[in-house]
Amino acid sequence: MSTRTAGRRRAEPAPGPGIPVLPGVDPVHSRTLEVRDHTGELRRWHLLDSAPFLAERGITPRGTLLAVHGNPTYSFLFRSLIREDIPWRVIAVDQLEMGWSERTGVTRHLQDRITDLSLLTDALSLRGPVVTVGHDWGGIVSVGWALDNRHDLAGMILTNTGIHQELGESLPRALQLATTPAVLPATTSITDAFIRTTIAISNPPLPADVARAYLAPYRGRARRRGIEAFVADIPAHADHPSRPTLERLAEGICEVEVPTLMAWGPKDVTFSDRYLRDLVARVPHADVHRFEGASHLVWEDADVAGLVARWLERTFGASSRPARAVSTFAQQAPEGHVGAPIARLAADPAHRHADAVVEMGEDGREPRRISWQLLHSRVEDIAAGMLAHGIAPGDRVCVLITPGADLTAVLYACLRIGAVAVIADAGLGVDGLTRAVVGSHPDWIIGIDKALAGARALGWPGRRISVARKPTLDRAALGIDTSVSELADAGRQMQELGAPLDAPWPDPEADAAVLFTSGSTGPAKGAVYTHRQMSAMFTAVGDTLQLDPQRGLVAGFAPFALLGPALGAPSVVPDMDVTRPGELTAQALAHAVDALGAPAVFTAPAALRNILDTSGVLDGAERAALARVPSFFSAGAPIPAPLLQELRVLMPAARALTPYGMTECLAITAIDLEGIEAAGPGAGVCVGTPVPRVEIAIAAMDALGETTGEITTEAGITGEILVRAPHVRDRYLMLWGTTDTASRFEGWHATGDVGQLDAAGRLWVEGRAAHVLATAEGLVTPVRIEEAAESVPTVRRAGAAAVGPAGTQQVVVILETEADHRPGRATRPRPADPALQEAVRRAVQQRAGVPVTAVFTTRCLPTDIRHNSKIDRARLSAWADATLRGEPGRPL
Amino acid sequence: MSAQKVLVTGASGMLGRHVATTLRDRGDSVRVLQRRSAGIDGVEETLGSLTAAEDVRRAVAGMDAVVHVAAKVSISGPESEFREVNVGGTQAVLDAMRGEGVARLVNISSPSVAHLGTSIVGLDATPADPRRARGPYARTKAAAEQLAMAADAAGQLMVTSVRPHIVWGPGDTQLVGRIVDRASRGRLPLLDEGMALIDTTYITNASDAIVAALDRIEDVHGESFVVTNGEPRTVRDVLGGFCDAAGVARPHRQVPGAVGRFAGRVVERIWEHRPGHDEPPMTEFLAEQLSTAHWFDQRRTRERLGWSPRVSLDEGFARLADWFAQNPVPAR
Repeated sequence: MSTRTAGRRRAEPAPGPGIPVLPGVDPVHSRTLEVRDHTGELRRWHLLDSAPFLAERGITPRGTLLAVHGNPTYSFLFRSLIREDIPWRVIAVDQLEMGWSERTGVTRHLQDRITDLSLLTDALSLRGPVVTVGHDWGGIVSVGWALDNRHDLAGMILTNTGIHQELGESLPRALQLATTPAVLPATTSITDAFIRTTIAISNPPLPADVARAYLAPYRGRARRRGIEAFVADIPAHADHPSRPTLERLAEGICEVEVPTLMAWGPKDVTFSDRYLRDLVARVPHADVHRFEGASHLVWEDADVAGLVARWLERTFGASSRPARAVSTFAQQAPEGHVGAPIARLAADPAHRHADAVVEMGEDGREPRRISWQLLHSRVEDIAAGMLAHGIAPGDRVCVLITPGADLTAVLYACLRIGAVAVIADAGLGVDGLTRAVVGSHPDWIIGIDKALAGARALGWPGRRISVARKPTLDRAALGIDTSVSELADAGRQMQELGAPLDAPWPDPEADAAVLFTSGSTGPAKGAVYTHRQMSAMFTAVGDTLQLDPQRGLVAGFAPFALLGPALGAPSVVPDMDVTRPGELTAQALAHAVDALGAPAVFTAPAALRNILDTSGVLDGAERAALARVPSFFSAGAPIPAPLLQELRVLMPAARALTPYGMTECLAITAIDLEGIEAAGPGAGVCVGTPVPRVEIAIAAMDALGETTGEITTEAGITGEILVRAPHVRDRYLMLWGTTDTASRFEGWHATGDVGQLDAAGRLWVEGRAAHVLATAEGLVTPVRIEEAAESVPTVRRAGAAAVGPAGTQQVVVILETEADHRPGRATRPRPADPALQEAVRRAVQQRAGVPVTAVFTTRCLPTDIRHNSKIDRARLSAWADATLRGEPGRPL
Repeated sequence: MSAQKVLVTGASGMLGRHVATTLRDRGDSVRVLQRRSAGIDGVEETLGSLTAAEDVRRAVAGMDAVVHVAAKVSISGPESEFREVNVGGTQAVLDAMRGEGVARLVNISSPSVAHLGTSIVGLDATPADPRRARGPYARTKAAAEQLAMAADAAGQLMVTSVRPHIVWGPGDTQLVGRIVDRASRGRLPLLDEGMALIDTTYITNASDAIVAALDRIEDVHGESFVVTNGEPRTVRDVLGGFCDAAGVARPHRQVPGAVGRFAGRVVERIWEHRPGHDEPPMTEFLAEQLSTAHWFDQRRTRERLGWSPRVSLDEGFARLADWFAQNPVPAR
């Protein structure tokens, strides 16, 4: 092997003695120099230095990025930082004994490495501003340098590292084994297992030449001894020589006030989210971005350099500005604490005994009714019990409870004391839910048994609280602290002892809740709301739907069960599997309506079809109940007018309203059936006019579908939809880059949806901005293609996908036909027969103005589980891309 | 544009003939060069071989421009034959042009000169690379394009290379004829279900683009252009379109692409030693062409050449059907 490397070296210009040409590294940026180390000896260092790169382009650096790798990588890890949009001099060192730096045989402890690095930067005459960049154990060294050179320190960037090691047990399991004296040399230096393992865990797998580059400086046991020494220097025991240094750094970092960015690959078995949590607690002002799916080598798995470029620009660049929430730019909603109506109604003798929440019993059993008074005392008792149990304001509480009275009480108790409720829908599936829960760093999980069993089995963080009181055995099995029942009991006892809940309402600017998106557009994101934004959100939804508190509502779509108490309206949850909102039957809905008299009805869009399909079995009383419904709402996806017309037969008195919104801003516009009919056909779906306090604008797009920066409210211009409202999310949880992208137009939330305004000020939505097809004939939205394809009589539903690079994308249409549609799982598409292909091609060319490259049929198009109505276009595109590339057999 | 004198090489083939008649029809005076008579009315015919320098010199003499179409376009055979015609022939044309002071050359090349055996998904023309091109045809065409473009870079000639991709049309015996013939005998397999997306070029569009390149050569010399209909379709739809037009059954036999490629490699080797009369049923190159995507970004081509296809794919299939109606495939 070594001969071959030598041969290659002779063949190509070498960047330095013994250093091969590395993929993505310009040899000009590779340099070696000799500097005295802490022992006073001259040592040869290798480093990447972007000074020539900047000079060549006439860029005056704003400062220096001092990048320190961990074990067992080297400066190669940071090659992506050398790029034009980072006007900073990058100095990425190979630590001594590592990479292409000298093998000295000296055992270097943590403090030695910090000193060595400072001696190097002195030799380089490095002066501020310096932003340190660290990865893995290099993160600790970089923090050491930062603390010792504070006068030059401008910022810190930390990636998959850990500053604090609990003694003993907490050491990552993989490393516990590796640090066992008998195992250590075997894995780290005798063989190259340690380094191979490190590069093998990358997700997606590293290209072969990159993997080779990581191995290159560590060929031969003698060159690997540094890896072994590095692992041996992990201070896992109190008497380890590096322990005092580590403790000094762990405390010192808490006092650092410079801007800090933490970028993380959560699929890391070594530096897991636990270490990120610890770091966030030490540096609470840090900007955090978790790259869901990325592993330990986050620099390889995700575009960390791109994130760093943006962060440096926002933080230190000419366009740096204090981050201000979008909601602060909007007209404010009337102030009020979320949940205050509960207390008000409980105190009001006229309402005290009226129903606040009704849960319909299964199969016609007696419903569970909770009055305002009961709800209020339950909320107060749980809130008091939570405080007594140690749940503090600001703690994140992941609430995994089926919608209904318990969820309502727990949520309002959280809101009452200022605990931050994390709400993720079971519709995300086990994997999605795990990502959401783990990624939200909960301090507590309050859940139903199934959720707690999952928490236990999947190792979710947070102390666990069940809903019902559990026998001791179950408690141990599920690792449960206590139960909501016990919390409520404790609260009640305190009340009886003369110590009622004594807690101020939370600060309106404090975090109130984290709502997870559906995950239909990539991994679910947590949208963080402050109390002010949350209160505005409830007000906005109530205003949008013109909800009459006297009549109440039926929450056929689980999240709406939480709306009633905030608005002081009674709510009923029908008998249904709340995780499958599409399966709500007409009968269950009628019974729920009957429980309140004439309430407003909320359903998921997917339920509408099922309600119609199951309406045949309704008896006279059930029909009469539905006929009393005064208003009917469906949120989550646009509803076609024909469906609403059919529903009108079932609910003739109801005003049928569909709001348009998203997790980040629940209510943006609304439209009723008359409005839809008045709007007529057009490009996309007309979602109506803005609801109170909402402003809408359109961000214009170029030929490749990228927003140009120009914002307009002019009619007829298609682009990304921007919204401004008091109830827009504050930010995304630990997704600095995503928040930055969604907030890139100051004072606006960029929705990621695409559409246009018409002359009447109505908004038309045409799908996701990311799904806009940039064809050689121009931009076209999937909706226009789908509508065109659906105009072919035998087509039931169409999904549009694109293959190829932006600017020359080709349109692929995948169809459900009336004849072959089978509800259920999505099946692999087959080529459509020639006659159908031709009909679809002609329709799309005529109506949408673009050619179609291929037409397929499938029994059932893939849809997003939660809404069960949005076609999963990303999935279609991924399938089409692989298949039409010539990679057959791929499932949809 | 005033009439000019243009030499078209290889006018016995479908593309060369089409270019020659298109130029003739618009008033250019056209000379053609090929081994056997092409029998085209209204053009001056010189018979000769590309590999005979004197034949080529005679044909080039007195011309304003050359459209060099002639090539050995088979998908199999010994590499030396390809080299002699494709590289040697192009060298002869370049030498003759320099000798006779003829400055303008439209060199007909092929996208396969930059095809590396992996899928091409919406890419523009990349440089010809004989070291990495697959198969003797592609390798030698790549070398020929490099020679021609080097003459432009050296400032001796104005050369542009046009790379039409899978040219077909009525009367085409090379591609459509063979596909229809095999399909009619049930010997046309679909590799990997024929789902890969490929670009093709209807003959009229290909010759229009070549003429456009000739007219714009002052602006576009030194550049290479892939030319297609810009309407990629799946392999099964393209083959199906030919079969429908000819009135024969669409292919339905499925073969995994890897099997096809392997079979192609074996057949290729056997053919080298025992060449038959017909083309081999499958070669590795053909298997690759029929199982990996290769479609192109046409924006630069269309903008630089000021050209866009006149005949859509579906219109092309209709014209092909008309032709087959006059020239039916014999029933088997």
